[in-house]
Amino acid sequence: MRTKRRNRVIFVSSLIASLSVAFTFIVLAMNENVDFYYTPSDLTGSKIINKDSLRIGGLVQEDSINISKDSLETNFLVTDLENSIEVYYEGILPNLFKENSGVIARGFYDYSDGIFYAKEILAKHDENYIPKEVKKALVNDS
Amino acid sequence: MRQFFNQLISFPYFFKIAQISFPYLFLLSISVILLGVLWGVFFSPVDVTQGEVYRIIYLHVPAASVAQSIYYTMVIASVTYLIWRIKMASVFMISMAPLGAIFTFLALFTGAVWGQPTWGTWWVWDARLTSTLILLILYLAIISLFSSFDRRASIDQAVSIVVLIGGINLPIIKLSVEWWNTLHQSASITLSGSSIDNEMLIPLLISILGFYLYVTAIGMRRMQVEILKREISHNWVKRIFQEKK
Repeated sequence: MRTKRRNRVIFVSSLIASLSVAFTFIVLAMNENVDFYYTPSDLTGSKIINKDSLRIGGLVQEDSINISKDSLETNFLVTDLENSIEVYYEGILPNLFKENSGVIARGFYDYSDGIFYAKEILAKHDENYIPKEVKKALVNDS
Repeated sequence: MRQFFNQLISFPYFFKIAQISFPYLFLLSISVILLGVLWGVFFSPVDVTQGEVYRIIYLHVPAASVAQSIYYTMVIASVTYLIWRIKMASVFMISMAPLGAIFTFLALFTGAVWGQPTWGTWWVWDARLTSTLILLILYLAIISLFSSFDRRASIDQAVSIVVLIGGINLPIIKLSVEWWNTLHQSASITLSGSSIDNEMLIPLLISILGFYLYVTAIGMRRMQVEILKREISHNWVKRIFQEKK
């Protein structure tokens, strides 16, 4: 009985050990390609990412939004606070799209003119939840 | 301590305790959930960026939290079964797996309902969403494995191994939003505090507590049913039903 249980303990611990190794490999492999989006610094860096469709994410830079009056064309700058990239988009913007808030654009980055041609814009929400009244009070204080 | 543990894993004793405590626990859980959700939906303030739609967190966060916690406890149960062959551990796994599946589905569904207006899409293949979908598939795999036709002991053994292997997914769900760029935001409630305003946080915590009480109550009930299925020919079960008459 004793040895039987010891064998089981050995079985379970070797299973857990091999799972930890598997976990490490999975995470290392995913680090290469699991990122949902690139940052502007990734694109303006030296490594050229040539993909027909990719996503960039960051904050919408302040005072950078130009919305055309008679069409659905929009340009704005996406920034990661180090580098920024101009994004061109034609279509309807999500409700949460605004200055200084998170945005993810899917499309094609043209290295020749440095403009990101977006086919889809998603708004990224951050982890902060603030009531309207509190926000007003904060703005009034500062 | 040892005696207490032995009693807890004895079927007749657990059955008796569950029989007595279920109605109280169930009623308590329903009232706590109602308190948390109704407070959150009707009395907590509107979020400044998301507007009214943020109120879905009063279902989404508790469901997602419970969905993952159930799997954590199942991993512990699987190790317990694999080493000590304690039958209660396998009863626990088979009883909790369907609850885990339901709450994972609820988390994915409420997330999609929130994502459509907030992000502009109801589904993306980012690390958090995909690993949660894998959790749902794991639960479904475990449920179907349990209902396969084989000797009870070999099913329990196989399920325990699957549960343990699937445990790899848990840290990936948890850390996906920290390690990689995802569309899903990182955790609002952490050990070091919360980035949710207190007026919104309190009903959320109540709702989370309610969900945990609910799965405890329903889980106990499901374990009772599973115990009866396995022990139907035992004398202690017969005695219970004779007492009822």
